[in-house]
Amino acid sequence: MGFSTDDVMRVARLARLSVADEDVEQVAADLQKIVRFMDELSAVDTEGVAPMAHPLGELEAALRADVPDAGIDRDRLQRDAPDAVDGFYRVPRVVE
Amino acid sequence: MSGELSGVAEVVDHLTRGTLSCVEVTTHFLQRIDAHNAHLNALVDVDTERALASAQQADQLRAKGSAPPLAGVPIVHKALFCVKDRPTTCASRMLETFSSPFDATVVAKLERAGMVMLGTANMDEFAMGSSNENSVHGPARNPWDTARVTGGSSGGSAAAVAAGLAPVATGTDTGGSIRQPAALCGVTGIKPTYGRVSRFGMIAFASSLDQAGVLATSARDAAVVLQTMCGADPADATSVDRAVPDFASELNGSVKGLRIGVVEDYFDDRLDPEIAASVRTALDALVEAGARLVPVSLPSVAAAVPAYYVVSSAECSSNLSRFDGVRYGRRCENPADLDDLYTRSRAEGFGAEVQRRILAGTYVLSAGYYDAYYLKAQRVRRRIANELADVLRDVDVLAGPTAPETAFAVGEKADDPVAMYLSDIYTVSASLAGLPAISAPCRPSRGLPVGVQFVGRPFDESTLLRTVHALQCVTDWHQQRPAGF
Amino acid sequence: MGYECVIGLEVHAQLNTKAKLFSVAPTAYGAEPNAQASPVDLAFPGTLPVLNEAVLDKALRFGLACGATIAPVSVFARKNYFYPDLPKGYQISQFEQPIVGRGALTVPTPDGRRIEVGITRAHLEEDAGKSVHDRFEGATGVDLNRAGTPLLEIVSEPDLRSPSDAVAYLKALHKLVRYLDICDGNMAEGSFRCDANVSIRPVGSEVLGTRTELKNLNSFKFVQRAIGIEIERQTDVLDSGGAVVQETRLFDPDRDETRAMRGKEEAMDYRYFPDPDLLPVRISDARLTAVAASMPELPEARRTRYVETLGLSPDDAAVLTAQPSVARYFDELCEHTAPDLAAKWVSGSLLGALNESGLDATVARVMPGALSELLTLVSDDVISSTAARDVFAAMWRGEGTAAEIVERDGLRQISDTNELAEIVAKVLGDHPEQEGQYRAGKHKVLGFLVGKVMQRTQGKANPGLVNTLLKVKLGANDD
Repeated sequence: MGFSTDDVMRVARLARLSVADEDVEQVAADLQKIVRFMDELSAVDTEGVAPMAHPLGELEAALRADVPDAGIDRDRLQRDAPDAVDGFYRVPRVVE
Repeated sequence: MSGELSGVAEVVDHLTRGTLSCVEVTTHFLQRIDAHNAHLNALVDVDTERALASAQQADQLRAKGSAPPLAGVPIVHKALFCVKDRPTTCASRMLETFSSPFDATVVAKLERAGMVMLGTANMDEFAMGSSNENSVHGPARNPWDTARVTGGSSGGSAAAVAAGLAPVATGTDTGGSIRQPAALCGVTGIKPTYGRVSRFGMIAFASSLDQAGVLATSARDAAVVLQTMCGADPADATSVDRAVPDFASELNGSVKGLRIGVVEDYFDDRLDPEIAASVRTALDALVEAGARLVPVSLPSVAAAVPAYYVVSSAECSSNLSRFDGVRYGRRCENPADLDDLYTRSRAEGFGAEVQRRILAGTYVLSAGYYDAYYLKAQRVRRRIANELADVLRDVDVLAGPTAPETAFAVGEKADDPVAMYLSDIYTVSASLAGLPAISAPCRPSRGLPVGVQFVGRPFDESTLLRTVHALQCVTDWHQQRPAGF
Repeated sequence: MGYECVIGLEVHAQLNTKAKLFSVAPTAYGAEPNAQASPVDLAFPGTLPVLNEAVLDKALRFGLACGATIAPVSVFARKNYFYPDLPKGYQISQFEQPIVGRGALTVPTPDGRRIEVGITRAHLEEDAGKSVHDRFEGATGVDLNRAGTPLLEIVSEPDLRSPSDAVAYLKALHKLVRYLDICDGNMAEGSFRCDANVSIRPVGSEVLGTRTELKNLNSFKFVQRAIGIEIERQTDVLDSGGAVVQETRLFDPDRDETRAMRGKEEAMDYRYFPDPDLLPVRISDARLTAVAASMPELPEARRTRYVETLGLSPDDAAVLTAQPSVARYFDELCEHTAPDLAAKWVSGSLLGALNESGLDATVARVMPGALSELLTLVSDDVISSTAARDVFAAMWRGEGTAAEIVERDGLRQISDTNELAEIVAKVLGDHPEQEGQYRAGKHKVLGFLVGKVMQRTQGKANPGLVNTLLKVKLGANDD
């Protein structure tokens, strides 16, 4: 399957990665290679094989009791925040 | 005293006999770091003060006679384990200024065992890579030839242990990130069964594959440190509550009656013939010691690498979405709006390989491609896991090479991501199935280390450690040191 | 042309757990910004979600209550998108295998019909944080306290055919989740939120029209109004030859209109996949059995029981079951008090006092035990009903137990026949005119005479006894 520059822009948009105009061709070429490599999967017969999302099976016991812990040190957690003011994380204005 | 103090066993021996104090041992390794790290770039953060303080504490415990066995033994952690209030960079520009508010469970467990953290080890950014060249700290260098790569992603850990900068190191393995650098640097590296060790505080690459492990100078050293790391953790729902055997006590040097399945599919023309010969020599040594070789075939392993790259990229694309420049980590200068903040912070913060994987992972999950890639890879994953389970019914362990080639030159594969992916050709199957696997040094090739890999049944790390220990009882490849270190 | 509207509702009910869905942070409402956001809620590197066991039981309660299929294994999936109030860049939700499958709810409508509304599914997911737009000049503030709060998203079938039916369903659901004690139902604080999918089609058509999704419907009134004007809008569009566009529309109560949300520049592609940090959850038979055993009585069943077993009027039953806490209060009171007396007092004095003080029945100032003591005094004729109302008010003010207040205020009623007979005789002596009227068949004056006796005794006379004595004296044994 071909990986076009349009594909790069679509996927980069979903992943919130800016790709510079001068890099788009190169990124498309790299991804083209990677996707072609992934296409080798189609050679494997998986008729009737259930997907395996995880090496472990089902979870029955690894649950947490409903006991809250209010020990939250907001100042520490916001110490490395790029822009925290009055306890809020600040971002450029979001229009809804 | 470098040679005699290279491993955990030697350090513990000195400490228990009282011939060296914990502070002396720590100072020794700090001095070696001082002397050699500039060439190797194996460690990216060294905390001398903290190391000496915990060494002093360990000395006090030892004086009182209440010290746990590993008290005072130095260790380095791969830079993706969160260490409270210390830089945890993940070798990424994204986290250059980040310090975690908590310790990873692995870090906390080893600290409780009295181990002395010297610092953090270099790695491929977010553990994505097989050469440790994708690092904001620059590439780590292979002590056997500093023009060559260490392998990756736990390259700094492997180089540190190989060069004697630390007696042991933690690493993580998603598709071979402990085993392949262990092979390329000539050390012993074990990835336990998925779920054996808590992932809490390990910055995630691919959650269904990531597993912490150990890089050490011998199977015996790996066994004692791994022992301390294992166990269920209430903070990780994918850690498994299962009894952890006393690994070290099962190292009896015997492989009598052990059935070793040799994966013949791996010995094809993609494998360097010298490596093939070296691996066979190691297996012959085990036969000599009483093991039996059984040729086995895994027909689907050819598809393991693409399946692995689909699954791991898909998971990474989602796991790395949290790095958005809002709550921590890098934020671009003067974002024009929210989208600009996201796209520029992430493009500036992530290196090229990480971005490629995020894009590829987003692609395979996106509408219209999900079935052909993500779901297909999951089906292939099941097939491979089933094949491995089937052959492991008839043999106790599987054996083969760890990597298709010895350490390559820095920069050699920088332009070809797919060529780099093939470094994992023999390691990813165990990762997809969640099986434990170990790499141990075998006969070097043209002066460079070679690794032999064993893969075991779920939760049977003991047999892997016992096998490699037996090999190390009758051979001395694991004791060979790079010249100049 | 005549149209029929087709409505389906999606309700997000916050589950009333103490800790969050996947973290130990408290869920209490109204804390300082980000003071209840733990490293897990903030998506710090290295953190992992661990499922809060309580949410499973709450979801199962809901499933059992609406007779739904319970998935033996359900799967958490990641819904991937970027937004500042979504710290991980994905929401942990359930997609292909929700915990609760198909069920149904029987809904009474105000005009006396009972409609059956299908429940398509109900799944667990985490709530997002909040973006605050009025706090900073030109910037948005992000508060992640709510992030990670457990939600049960309840999706109905498009079975509703009018705005008022939609509201009736929503009210029934609202009542149900409070009865089940799985959600506090506080719509103002956003604990119970509703989106509506609305479409119209020509009457008789079997094909669904293009639907729009309405958001910001945070009261029953808004739900009714927003759906109503959206139906009008769609009707106008179709009647003028246009086509309804599938889109999300925001209800603006101030301008009384719905309007399309700012056009998204890309189609959403959420890239759902199973969350590899959370394994599929198997619901054990033991868990399901335990939940089934602990199920509270549901509103419909309770109403029927009140009418058929306790003999209450349908109206009283409706009043008593409107709030689960009131119904529980009533049930407790009935353990020691006759149902008709209990019903009269709960729907009268108690509800009045609760409304006035703005309190919930669970924290009433007169609890069922105390009230039943008071009502025993009434049924034993120790005090009159009139006096009892004053005693209740005093008890509500915290002045003491019923017995204490009765003693203090000397409210014990006069039930001594001799004493009362004397007073009755005096009253008749003072009012020969009324006596004559009664004897002439004007029985209504009896009330006047009873009142006079009560007056003389400062209300302490036992009214029943007074009645009897008067009638005896007046020779009215015929009725």
